[in-house]
Amino acid sequence: MSSEIATSNVPRRADEGRGRATRRDARVLVVLLLGPLVMLGGLVWAVAQPYRITFLHREDKGLYDFVVQPPLLVILVGIFFALVLAPGLVDDLESEEDGPAA
Amino acid sequence: MVPRPEIAHWLTGAVCLLLGLVLFSEAVVGSAVFRRRTWRAYLWPSIALAGGVFLWVIVVFSTFSPMHLLAHAVWAQAAMVVGAVQLAVVRGKLASPLWSLVTAGALLASGVAFLVHEQNPWLFSRSAFLHHAIGWVVVAAAVFPLGHALRPERVVWRAGFALTFVVVAVLLFADRDFAPIFGRLSDAAVR
Repeated sequence: MSSEIATSNVPRRADEGRGRATRRDARVLVVLLLGPLVMLGGLVWAVAQPYRITFLHREDKGLYDFVVQPPLLVILVGIFFALVLAPGLVDDLESEEDGPAA
Repeated sequence: MVPRPEIAHWLTGAVCLLLGLVLFSEAVVGSAVFRRRTWRAYLWPSIALAGGVFLWVIVVFSTFSPMHLLAHAVWAQAAMVVGAVQLAVVRGKLASPLWSLVTAGALLASGVAFLVHEQNPWLFSRSAFLHHAIGWVVVAAAVFPLGHALRPERVVWRAGFALTFVVVAVLLFADRDFAPIFGRLSDAAVR
């Protein structure tokens, strides 16, 4: 086997490796952005409709109104995802590059 | 001490949003990576089963209307069946992608229950509008698990299924017990 044939696959493999890394980076970015985007959505909603925040409008409100405030629930879901789910997913995605069994 | 329906709907909206994020992230990273940690693999079946239990509690308090009672019972049963099947899938007891047909059937039944139990027209009130909208969204969303059963390698089915929960969450968060829709509120609507 000539050295030309033996090395002809190297650039292609490098391209494939770069493509895999790019796809992985894109997935990591999406996972990292999901939580903050949801939090931002809740924040924008709270600013747009402040009357849905019971803490700001306490008149004639019961216990459930204080426990369940929709914009705050959205922010909480975003925080939960960003702090509990996203870090582990990113770790596992990055370790996938080292090998599926890593 | 029973919460108003809109309070229960907002809470359900938060659970749907979380479920949507969980399922969407699984679609993005792939099931192999997502299920690498056991607790993550059990998240979706657990939420579905817990949602079913929560809905049965709502059934108990829905004695004011047989239609509401039956509709909530259908949703409760659908959530529990889907949760049980997904639990078996995660455990490795069920391997065929055709088991997604159970999810498709559950979505179809749930959507029909939404549409049948809403007796008022679309623009009667916001609540009526949202029941119709959620019903049709859920009926249409049955195509995603159906597609997954037939062509499991395509990510679009998983992503579509996940985003369905996000859309349903937005609709549930928009719900109010007594509010107009597009400036219209029927005179027959009561608090």
